[in-house]
Amino acid sequence: MLKTFTRGGVHPAENKLSVNQKIIDLGLPASVSIPISMHLGVPSKPMVEKGSEVEVGQLIAAGDGFVSANIHSPFSGKILKIDKYLDPSGYKRDSIFIDIEGDTWLPEIDRSSDIKKEFSYSAEEIIQKIKDAGIVGLGGATFPSHVKLSIPRGRKAEYLIINGVECEPYLTADHVLMLEKSEELLIGTSLLMRGLKVDKAVIGIENNKPDAIEKLQKIALNYKGISVQALKVKYPQGGEKQLIKSILNREVPSGGLPVDIGAVVFNVGTAFAVYEAIQKNKPLIERIVTVTGKKLKKPSNFRVRIGTPINMLIEAAGGLPDNTGKVINGGPMMGKALPDTNIPVVKGSSGILLIPAEESKRKAVEPCIRCSKCVSVCPLGLEPYLLMALSQKSLFDRLEAEHVMDCIECGSCSYICPSGRPLLDYIRLGKSEVGKIIRSRKK
Amino acid sequence: MDKLITVSPSPHIHSGQSVEKLMYGVVIALVPAFIVSLFFYGIGAIVVTGISIVSCILFEYLIQKFILKIEVRIADGSAMVTGLLLAFNLPSNLPWWIIIIGALVSIGIGKMTFGGLGNNPFNPALVGRVFLLISFPVQMTSYPVPSGMSTPYISSIEGFTGPTPLGILKEGLKQGTPVAELMQDLPSHLDLFVGNMGGSMGEIAGAALLLGMLYLLIRKIITWHIPVSIITTVFLFTGILYLINPVTNADPLFHILTGGLLLGAIFMATDYVTSPMTPPGMLIYGVGIGLITIIIRVYGAYPEGVSFAILIMNGFVPLLNRYIKPKRFGEEVKNG
Repeated sequence: MLKTFTRGGVHPAENKLSVNQKIIDLGLPASVSIPISMHLGVPSKPMVEKGSEVEVGQLIAAGDGFVSANIHSPFSGKILKIDKYLDPSGYKRDSIFIDIEGDTWLPEIDRSSDIKKEFSYSAEEIIQKIKDAGIVGLGGATFPSHVKLSIPRGRKAEYLIINGVECEPYLTADHVLMLEKSEELLIGTSLLMRGLKVDKAVIGIENNKPDAIEKLQKIALNYKGISVQALKVKYPQGGEKQLIKSILNREVPSGGLPVDIGAVVFNVGTAFAVYEAIQKNKPLIERIVTVTGKKLKKPSNFRVRIGTPINMLIEAAGGLPDNTGKVINGGPMMGKALPDTNIPVVKGSSGILLIPAEESKRKAVEPCIRCSKCVSVCPLGLEPYLLMALSQKSLFDRLEAEHVMDCIECGSCSYICPSGRPLLDYIRLGKSEVGKIIRSRKK
Repeated sequence: MDKLITVSPSPHIHSGQSVEKLMYGVVIALVPAFIVSLFFYGIGAIVVTGISIVSCILFEYLIQKFILKIEVRIADGSAMVTGLLLAFNLPSNLPWWIIIIGALVSIGIGKMTFGGLGNNPFNPALVGRVFLLISFPVQMTSYPVPSGMSTPYISSIEGFTGPTPLGILKEGLKQGTPVAELMQDLPSHLDLFVGNMGGSMGEIAGAALLLGMLYLLIRKIITWHIPVSIITTVFLFTGILYLINPVTNADPLFHILTGGLLLGAIFMATDYVTSPMTPPGMLIYGVGIGLITIIIRVYGAYPEGVSFAILIMNGFVPLLNRYIKPKRFGEEVKNG
């Protein structure tokens, strides 16, 4: 039997429309805006001024404090202004506007496609280089990678887990990356192993990507300590806690970190970015983005520079279909609906999903029939129906006691509910209130 | 963008699951048992089922529309399921007006008084059934003798009605007859399994009910926890009694195949609204139903106890939901 996590989970229709599409390089836009907050943590500090000339790969905003990340210019040109602009969060936030001229790269960046295997860096050097390159978790959480690599005192990493699960329906960016950049991915994994000082790494991939499993398994034979684990398809297996449970059969304690049980997880996209940063001197300025949708002409996987407006991606994939009702940054289960298409691709954009109008509206809300399906699909063993009721009644003490903060917002409860109840909406509301209470208690 | 797009929080897709699909799934699962009932009890099965369903839906409509003045939701199928299950818990020769009273009590008192679907603490069909059992004990316990399609609907005529196997057992034991002797007059286990016995119209067909359970499990409408815990508890409890004294106790299989046990375990106790929300809660609930059923059957005044057992355990459901929690992820640190 294939491994998977034990509690809860759902299996939405996979709809991996762009699965056979090779990665295509997208051209350059005329002007862009780069948000200075593309990661979890403190926004970066702009290092350029209006009128500055920048080259591709040049630092334009520096990480502000430990939990923050550098931002490098993905384009060459002139800084127009620093001003508020709509980003994928749906809010207007500080962004650096660049008027693009040409495509001049910093000379130290190795742009060739030669694979560079050898390295002799120490763990500290690797972490520093990753920090310098502004790498954040590319699976969507965008947590700065150097923070994850700095293991808290008293704990010890034992396993590196590379997340190639891509459990979100529709998305294929990680899949094509594993197929086309297999060798680089494994070198990146070795670099991360060195950074963490571990000698064991497992790449977890769901069984709906047999080609990627086969290819990586073959290449991994040449890499000491790296193995590939095929997993049964089940959402949300790409969640850190679920993936560790699937592979190591260990549970991250409630309120704890993966490293508490000896595991550190990075996305395949992050491992590839680490390879490029260290072996090719290339900071994080581009990523693979899936552009997809049932009515879209050419669902595709693009390699795009950060900051490229998503309408340019949609045009390249055949244009916005007429009856588009929803534009999502990310996958259908956890992605964010965007208010506009003139929004830049950010470090955490794994996909752009266009949903037709007829699938965009939620079904009508009906009374809870207490079928307990939400309880049975919750991968954290929570009771979504109860959390929703407590949140509606503002009973925050009980919400906390019922472990509301453990919720990973995977959406399985709202997805399964036969009465179409907005379970996750209310749970999020409750989480934010309980979070405030917890923070005020710490003060 | 020159046109409006929808912006709403994730998830952006839905399973397509709906209340209607679940309710009509239960209806489909009950079809085999209905066919068996038709085969043994004839026209009465259709009359009782028809009257029960129509009056349940009608009462729900009238109460929603004219008394509560809320949205009419008879199309969700829940009133139909209540009607069907009420009918399955009645003898197939029950006078029409008693069925209508049962439907009124089920829907009116059992369900709508508490606010309708999702809010009632007790299984509505069983509330109706038990009300009728207490109010009309004679009509509710003179079951037609199964005599095929030609069985008339109103068959209170002598010779056409008789007690259930459990009734015969209870009466016989009261007079001190050993079980082995009683068994010679009772239907064989095979007859019990296919449904060739006296009883409420939907409870007799063990095989058909199990087929319905299989369907409910495959479609994931119910989970195994409740039916399996009830049946296992009954098997173990009656098994122990049988081993201790086979002269005064029937064998476990007899207990499982008679009365409303399978109907209750598969269709009545699993009612979403009135059963617990967590798997461990469901197991406790099931064990409770099994124990109370056998205590009533063996030591109580009634030959049959499934309805009472389910209603009693329904009362414990809020308590079970409050204190019996699912196993949380990361609760105990496991290093496997």
